Amino acid sequence: MINESFLTSRLDAAVGWARKYSIFQYPFVTACCGMEYMATACSHYDVDRFGAGLPRFSPRQADVLFVVGTISQKMAPVLTKIHAQMAEPKWVVAFGVCTCTGGFYDNYATVMGIDTIMPVDVYIPGCPPRPEMVLDGLMKLQNKIQDEHTTGNRPAPEPRPETFEV
Amino acid sequence: MNSVSLIELVTQRFSEAVVSSHTWRGDQTLVLHPEGLLPVAEFVRDAPELSMGFLMDLTAVDYSTFDSAAAPGFFASSGVAVKPLSRVPDENPWPGPPKTRFVVAYHFYSLQHKHRLRLIVPVDQRSPEVDSLTPLWPGANWLEREVWDMFGIGFRGHPDLRRLLMYDEFEGHPLRKDYCVNKRQPLVQPINQQKG
Repeated sequence: MINESFLTSRLDAAVGWARKYSIFQYPFVTACCGMEYMATACSHYDVDRFGAGLPRFSPRQADVLFVVGTISQKMAPVLTKIHAQMAEPKWVVAFGVCTCTGGFYDNYATVMGIDTIMPVDVYIPGCPPRPEMVLDGLMKLQNKIQDEHTTGNRPAPEPRPETFEV
Repeated sequence: MNSVSLIELVTQRFSEAVVSSHTWRGDQTLVLHPEGLLPVAEFVRDAPELSMGFLMDLTAVDYSTFDSAAAPGFFASSGVAVKPLSRVPDENPWPGPPKTRFVVAYHFYSLQHKHRLRLIVPVDQRSPEVDSLTPLWPGANWLEREVWDMFGIGFRGHPDLRRLLMYDEFEGHPLRKDYCVNKRQPLVQPINQQKG
């Protein structure tokens, strides 16, 4: 009997598979990218096909922080607090070019990419990105979650060049 | 109510408060002495011929670098030279930049008469302060806070003059022309520069 109902897998792979198809996202939506986020989440593109259909509006219940839209310097402490409130394992997606690099906002008010204040797993560029790009980024995130060792540690954030000081 | 008569109405009554005036394609502008702002504003609001019930906008201009250097073309990197004409070909009535560094501009609209009026108040750099219009138009509250935040121009009599857009830790006023364009004051330091 045991010959025909038997399945072996690495625990890492099984947990990774479970995690990547049960993404609970926290949408931190601040700007126009939110429109594309909503388009991706709704039925035309249907992010639920990838198991990421249930946004949680509490960081305690979320796995992935979607930072959607420009982050100002005034907003940065809020965002880092949200990120700190999320339980491990957690991932961060920079959605749109403003969160990736600051975009065209090179000024006194804007954070030049959220990777200056928190580790980022997937960058989705575009102003705003089309839903196809968002789904592509989501699948890349799923691959990353799958490959992650459940017992392993997160890699240290890559050191970045020093910011320009006046 | 034609366009000239709004200026005339104010000028006849407050001749010593008005520095100059001009009209351009139906837009009427009065340049005032700072002391004359409050009485003129009250008159403009309450006089039945004007009845400017709506303060549409309140903002400021920093003229300190105005026309002092050739402005680079805004789209120069795209190869398209965009340089404004040095002089508008027809008779532009604008008397030019003020002698002071700042001006505060008030844009009024009368919902009743559907006419507009702009008041300009020059503000000196040494004591950048004008009278608050918040007691007359409550909508001026946040607009004046924004001008204080961005330009550092104070408003006498404002009930709660705090920064509106930037955070309290921010130093300086970012829309002043002497605020360095590359200066950053992050609340959260970049992670490679955080200590510990």
